[in-house]
Amino acid sequence: MSGVKFGLKRDTCHLTQLMPSLTSLSLTESQTLLQRGEISSRELVTACLEHVSALDGQLHAFLYVAAEQALAQAEAADKKLSELRGTGLPISQSTMPLLGIPMAIKDVLTVEGMPCTCGSKILEGYVPPFTATVVQKLQAAGVIVIGKTNTDEFAMGSSTENSAYGVTHNPWDVARVPGGSSGGSAAAVVAGLVPAALGTDTGGSVRQPASFCGVTGIKPTYGRSSRYGLVAYGSSLDCVGAFGHSAADVAAVFSAYNGRDPLDATTQDVPAANITLGTEAVSSLKGIRIGVPKEYFIAGIQPEVEGKIRAAIQKMEELGAEIRQVSLPHTEYALPVYYLIAPAEASANLARFDGVRYGPRVSGDSMWDVFYKTRGEKFGDEVTRRIMLGTYALSAGYYDAFYGQAQKVRTLIKRDFEQVFHEVDAVACPVAPTTAFKIGAHGDDPLAMYLEDVFTLPANLAGVPGLAFPVGFDAAGLPVGMQLMGRHFDEAMLFRVAHAYQQATDWHKQKPTL
Amino acid sequence: MPLTPQEVEHIARLARLELTSAEQTRYREQLSAILDHVAQLQKLDTSRIPPTASVFSGDSHLRADQPRPGLTPEALLKNAPEQEKGQFKIPPVFE
Repeated sequence: MSGVKFGLKRDTCHLTQLMPSLTSLSLTESQTLLQRGEISSRELVTACLEHVSALDGQLHAFLYVAAEQALAQAEAADKKLSELRGTGLPISQSTMPLLGIPMAIKDVLTVEGMPCTCGSKILEGYVPPFTATVVQKLQAAGVIVIGKTNTDEFAMGSSTENSAYGVTHNPWDVARVPGGSSGGSAAAVVAGLVPAALGTDTGGSVRQPASFCGVTGIKPTYGRSSRYGLVAYGSSLDCVGAFGHSAADVAAVFSAYNGRDPLDATTQDVPAANITLGTEAVSSLKGIRIGVPKEYFIAGIQPEVEGKIRAAIQKMEELGAEIRQVSLPHTEYALPVYYLIAPAEASANLARFDGVRYGPRVSGDSMWDVFYKTRGEKFGDEVTRRIMLGTYALSAGYYDAFYGQAQKVRTLIKRDFEQVFHEVDAVACPVAPTTAFKIGAHGDDPLAMYLEDVFTLPANLAGVPGLAFPVGFDAAGLPVGMQLMGRHFDEAMLFRVAHAYQQATDWHKQKPTL
Repeated sequence: MPLTPQEVEHIARLARLELTSAEQTRYREQLSAILDHVAQLQKLDTSRIPPTASVFSGDSHLRADQPRPGLTPEALLKNAPEQEKGQFKIPPVFE
């Protein structure tokens, strides 16, 4: 903080004058100011809501805003904040470390009483009667959910163009996509609509939009956090992730929502991670070995992307890290493996949308007729395509050749990572081959869109954690994102490396002009 | 390996998707292109490689099979397109 004081004369100040400053605060800065009583949660939430009103017509990051509810919760948070201040215990060390912090939630996670569409017409009007465990945990930590963010339909896509409710625009250039599928959350964070947001990552859906929007985003280890209340897409791949302005912000959110959940049998029996990153001037990376996999620097990668990634690796070396060339030889097969396994799982998971228990129903003469018509009419193109692809890969006569073979090659990809993490502590590479592309650039060519995911898919297939964060800008002024991948359950290493880098650089502090 | 129109129709039927003929043509072309791409997996010899269904498979964490509070029927029926007498209502299953 540069000594800026907020709300000096609370009774006479005009909130509108505070807003630009309040919405540019990082989560950890807000925590500090809330702790000191220099800002209130009500001011913070009001500023975010005003910012949404002012900018979201242009960006379309939100599908639903719960303004009244959020303001009521902010008032309650302010009461608790003043009680906590009275005890002398720092809020960050209390049981409610995120008390009074507004957040947005990707619209594939349920929040009781808020519509959950998954970006699909087939869930239009659905209001879930329960809240996802990860959101419950954040609320228990004091988070105020201000709304639900846009997504590619059922998280299937790399641009948010597949949302049935319209595309989200990239705040750096509104003619471009924010990435996807968690594009709404990434755009909301970089535009200052919220200090942090939840997303989900099945094949890169947190990391790629984080890269395209210039924010920090974590995809945790598979099984690290609960999926209870996450509408399932690819169950052996889906992870709940988070966005923020810095590694420190994202670590604070991740620490609050990760951990075992009896309601999700795939959450692993490991102690929950609680990561705090210091504010020391420059953290040394001495003793940390970072691998650079040659398969991630291929022909076709935008030269500026490669340049910025190599420069960031050099910066890490200057900070004391040992850089080693490594190989992940089966990287090229991640795309075909993913585009068999994820659609196969999706075809099973999306069987539940049939017009019987929730969502709209297209009427028909028989029950079967209702199924065919409701699904045929209400699913969008990409979802239909993946259901068909997955159905084919699992169908009699093709199972072994497609799905079975993909599962075996997945083993090879997983072994690549096991091997490489004997040699290094983390792997550094680009998040995506390019910076944000123009809306409509891939037209009706699904395969071209799939190629956007080429560097993010391997982490999901191997179940390892991945962290994306900005390391520079291309000539068009668009952010370039680096990806760090690490050992199972070693998110702490990724946060540590990114934090050290962010202490020494200020790419993560750059904001778009809107 | 292009899909035949019959195969596309068969897949759509298995997946309970009603498609227009224009959609059938479009998906046939697009899915054929995707299948061509994923066919590159066939060139790998995986005869001695076990499949991975899930990263931590074999490691199930089932909770105790004990009754616990759940959602009420009213809450669950709230989103139903049609309901009657506390149940989801559907058109006839048998003709």
